[in-house]
Amino acid sequence: MIVFDDVAVRYPHRELPALDGVSFEAPRSRLTAVVGPNGSGKSTLVRALVGRAELSRGAILVDGAPVEAASRRVLATRVAIVTQREEPAFPLGVRDYVGLGRYPHLGLWRGRSRADVAAVDEAIALTETASLAHRAITELSGGEWQRVRLARAIAQGGEAIVLDEPTTFLDVGHEMAVFELLDRLARDGHAVLLVSHQLNLVARFADRMVLLHRGQVAAAGTPAQVMQGEVLERVYDWPLVVTRDPAVGAPALVPLRARPRG
Amino acid sequence: MRWLLLVLAVATAIVAGVMLGTLRLSPVEVLQGMLGTGAPMQTAVVRELRLPRVLLAALVGAGLGAAGAALQGATRNVLAEPYLLGVSGGAAMGAVIAVALRAPAALVPLAGFAGALGAVALTLLVARAAGGRGDARIVLMAGVVVGAFANAAIMVALAGADASVVRGALWWMMGSAADASWGGVRGLALYVLIGIAILLLLARAIDVLALGEDTAAGMGVDVARVALGVYVAGALLAAGTVAAAGLVGFVGLLVPHLVRMAGARTHRTIISAAALAGAALVVMADLIARVALPPAELPLGAVTAILGVPFFLARLRRLA
Repeated sequence: MIVFDDVAVRYPHRELPALDGVSFEAPRSRLTAVVGPNGSGKSTLVRALVGRAELSRGAILVDGAPVEAASRRVLATRVAIVTQREEPAFPLGVRDYVGLGRYPHLGLWRGRSRADVAAVDEAIALTETASLAHRAITELSGGEWQRVRLARAIAQGGEAIVLDEPTTFLDVGHEMAVFELLDRLARDGHAVLLVSHQLNLVARFADRMVLLHRGQVAAAGTPAQVMQGEVLERVYDWPLVVTRDPAVGAPALVPLRARPRG
Repeated sequence: MRWLLLVLAVATAIVAGVMLGTLRLSPVEVLQGMLGTGAPMQTAVVRELRLPRVLLAALVGAGLGAAGAALQGATRNVLAEPYLLGVSGGAAMGAVIAVALRAPAALVPLAGFAGALGAVALTLLVARAAGGRGDARIVLMAGVVVGAFANAAIMVALAGADASVVRGALWWMMGSAADASWGGVRGLALYVLIGIAILLLLARAIDVLALGEDTAAGMGVDVARVALGVYVAGALLAAGTVAAAGLVGFVGLLVPHLVRMAGARTHRTIISAAALAGAALVVMADLIARVALPPAELPLGAVTAILGVPFFLARLRRLA
């Protein structure tokens, strides 16, 4: 389980804190989604979790232990992260890439064990990327690359997976496939923490939603509790209505056209 | 199979390097020279001149190739090379100061080495002061700044110097394996082997670092520490080769590309193969430098650059 407890982050040379007293938790067997407008602090949460942004207050706990106390390597065996952007610089093979997910499990001298190979095979099977295994990561389409990145995160073998906007640039089919996979990981016992702009999809898949606004939690709870027109309209600063999707019954946000001036 | 070819290439280059020169030797004569059973002249040429020179060139190439491969991976930048981080500028400044002060010739390489170390330390300090904890871009830019400063200082120093000083400094900057001795070979061998071993230990972390700093942090790599390790080991390797043979350009930039073009993917393979390919390349280049325009010798750095250009053009065509 990942717990954010009163987390605050200040970037140098910025007047306002990027995160200001954010508290919520991402328990096992649940899909927890963080949503919010651009610049609301979503990605800073992820950066703070991997120690790339320093906390000015509060704590982030993984399985009860503060992240800054654990080594990066130990932390990586518990939480796998799929960052927002990852542009491969060199043409590594897909299987080698997924195998790098085992990095935190390998010692300086120890090679790959049978357990490492099994974890890679399982991750490739779960993400249905076996047909890509002999390709280079620089040759993949956007959808293939996201699936392969997920495979790498799964191969890392932790109980928690954190994803920052994993479906940006993906078409509907690929996007749904990613959400279904995340749902499955949560059902299998993972703590899945998803940062996303896709409010309507998140409302269908997430167990809990956390709405961030200017570095603070504006609303948190079940999708039905968070998907309220009034608060969303204020946070996104745009006219909108929340209806119920007639096909699937989930709350759905419909942005309206700009109000005529005058 | 590819490893066998690489090892064969190094061996062939070394044998050719010992056989060819102003005095041509047959393989049998080389063997006799090594065993000391041939004519005294043969023995002297093989043992005291050619073998140390060829081995020195091989070590220089191995160090530059491995350092370039590791630095390109860790910085995710295919233009990174071992002379980055101010190594070349600092080394040249040290050497120029030594030449200008009319220091004994034996001290010039040491001054170059000291200058390189000083420049690397300054680069890392500047990057740290700028707040770039393991941020490759900031370290690269700091290296550019320090290198530019060193080059400016050299030009100022040489502007008022007399012709012999300018010539001596320039010749040293162009690189040469001509001053090889067994002592130098032994020292450099130890140095290069340790440097490459450190880079190989970091190879798996470099694979992860090459995916980007945020991703690497999430996968358990201590980004700042691994990056610093690669910079320091790579730059020290480069500085050591500079002390032995001056500035031998293009090898550390080109060889990692060749190795990746040949299919090497993980950095353990890329660094090892780049060490072997670099060794073969510099031995061949030194051979060409000796035999192309006898009795004059071409500067080694010029030959490696000339050899490198067509490869690089081919690479550009592939990238485009």
